[in-house]
Amino acid sequence: MSATDSLSSLARRRSGDLQGAGPPWLGAARARALELFTELGVPGTRDEAWRFTNLRDLDDLAFAPAGEGERDMDDAIARAHATAGAVGEGHRLVFIDGVFSAAASSVGGLPSGVTVDSVARVLERQPERVKALLGSTADQKRRAFTALNTALFEDGLFVEIRRGQQLSAPIHAVFVQSCGAAPTAVAPRNLISLQPDSQAVIVEHYVGCADCTALTAPVTEIRLERGARLHHVILQEQAETGYQLGEVAVYQEADSHFASHSLALGGRIARVDLTTVLTGEGAHAQLDGLYLGAGRQLLDHYTTIDHAVPHTTSDEHYKGVLGGRAHGVFHGRVIVRPDAQKIDARQSNRNLVLSDAARVNTKPQLEIYADDVKCSHGATIGRLDAEQLFYLRSRGIDADAARAMLTLAFANEIGARLPIDELGSYLTYQIRRWLPAVVEEKDR
Amino acid sequence: MLEIRDLHASIQGKEVLKGIDLEVRAGEVHALMGPNGSGKSTLANVLVGREGYEVTKGEVLYQGENLLTLSVEERARAGIFLAFQYPIEIPGVSNGYFIRAAVNAQRSARGEDEIDAFDFLTIVKQKMADLGMKPELLDRSVNEGFSGGEKKRNEVLQMSLLEPTLALLDETDSGLDIDALKMVAAGVNALRSPERGFLIVTHYQRLLDYIVPDHTHVIVDGRIVKSGDRQLALELEERGYGWIQQQLEGGAA
Repeated sequence: MSATDSLSSLARRRSGDLQGAGPPWLGAARARALELFTELGVPGTRDEAWRFTNLRDLDDLAFAPAGEGERDMDDAIARAHATAGAVGEGHRLVFIDGVFSAAASSVGGLPSGVTVDSVARVLERQPERVKALLGSTADQKRRAFTALNTALFEDGLFVEIRRGQQLSAPIHAVFVQSCGAAPTAVAPRNLISLQPDSQAVIVEHYVGCADCTALTAPVTEIRLERGARLHHVILQEQAETGYQLGEVAVYQEADSHFASHSLALGGRIARVDLTTVLTGEGAHAQLDGLYLGAGRQLLDHYTTIDHAVPHTTSDEHYKGVLGGRAHGVFHGRVIVRPDAQKIDARQSNRNLVLSDAARVNTKPQLEIYADDVKCSHGATIGRLDAEQLFYLRSRGIDADAARAMLTLAFANEIGARLPIDELGSYLTYQIRRWLPAVVEEKDR
Repeated sequence: MLEIRDLHASIQGKEVLKGIDLEVRAGEVHALMGPNGSGKSTLANVLVGREGYEVTKGEVLYQGENLLTLSVEERARAGIFLAFQYPIEIPGVSNGYFIRAAVNAQRSARGEDEIDAFDFLTIVKQKMADLGMKPELLDRSVNEGFSGGEKKRNEVLQMSLLEPTLALLDETDSGLDIDALKMVAAGVNALRSPERGFLIVTHYQRLLDYIVPDHTHVIVDGRIVKSGDRQLALELEERGYGWIQQQLEGGAA
């Protein structure tokens, strides 16, 4: 059975429950989304946007809904708890199999005008608040997995910050799947809305389970109104049997500031489709990314920055480290609309390749329809610097340790730009744990 | 401690060392002088095992063992240190972290405990003060954005912390003003001891005013053509390398 059939059938099996549970408008939206998904189908490599990311693996999997049948909740909760140190103090929301677990979560006191909750709970009490955001930025007409998400989502992170409110403690949303026998698919839907001049730091943290195969297809919709500032982190730590295919869709008004940090550390195949549309003057997008691949991992980022109006700026900086037979893909699309003058858009993608079998495809795609703009881009794919290695070794540091030191230095540049110190330390710790798999001589 | 016998070495198939014979005993300071392209830096690089240098003939014994079969890091752990002519910049690795990692790598290779971070900091700050280095150079990335003089001092700093048995200095004087030169020389002189040998590669004899060698050798076209004491260096300063070349040609005729 093809992945499209298997996932459509999964969505159909769930549709009765899901459509019955929510308001009628949502049921109708889900039915339309399911049709759309079946029509679009899981993308193949003939689709230019998926040229390097072959999803044939998914065809062999007969997906079952997460949460059906036997599952080990204690193990899932334990794995969720183990992530607490990554962000430190903050509001923790744990989602097990895509559903909020109040027992595993701890949301502290919130100032008035700040909602940090689960989408399902808000849907129950104030469905109109979900309705206002759902589908407002994500593009399911072109993205099959976003359509699937609309058909299938049960829950997700809901954040709404009213005008002028600044939430200083970070929001740490942890998504963990329980272990079960059959491959599962979950589709969290996260809705984030920052009203004028408000601020927040949000970390979406995806954690895998090494013993089971799972597909996570999250969609995050973000609206930043005038002057709002958001740091948004995706920390993707799926197991090597995990698949994550997600979309982040952002709408930015004037003077808003969106800083994205996409950290792809795990997953057999993991992809983030990230789009931000800058619709008001003074809006700025900073897109950072780091992908670390070993074994047979495929890590893909497809980013689009749409400068829809003049006087908007963007700064994109992605780095990849690939060892073993891993494959990194970066596609950076920058659009400057006609008459969107005085744009400053910078993009760089630097890749460090540590083995002969590892590979990288990087593609900047600049579509500039205005003339008074500053756009720069640069992409590199390189090995560790032989002179630097020699220098370290000439001081008695062995070759593996020298490679590790230089690789960590390369990757840590992205970590140093994270908004939370604990998260930077956590990233360094995880990189150090990962390094032996890619730098040791025997594996090269 | 170091015996070099009939050493030939090539870079990209081009022979640069054409039969070097040299012995450095413990406690001695040797100066190796020569015109540009004579092979003096090549010799230093061959001794530390730099890639791209192929030994085609001859042997090098270090403390009685074949040096040339050892890896780069094994040579360093055996006590050989090269102060680089062009120290390498390593963005993203802090200088202090790097130097401590090097000290600890060598200590653990000798079966010693790693140095305590606080003790290390105390020692390194004292040595930096002695060399006239600003303390913030410890927190910056290795050699990144360092001035020429700061890079050379940083080499001598590493040398004084690693306390090598055989120290090779490759053009350490280049790019230094007179005050820096004195400080660097003082750093080197402080390490002089009966157990330690030095090979100082230099184009000018200026450094040798401050680090007085026991022996001076002149290398021309890949061979040591003349050896002597401190006087030889002074004579070279006065008469230039042309004088040696004329002597050689005269001898051949």
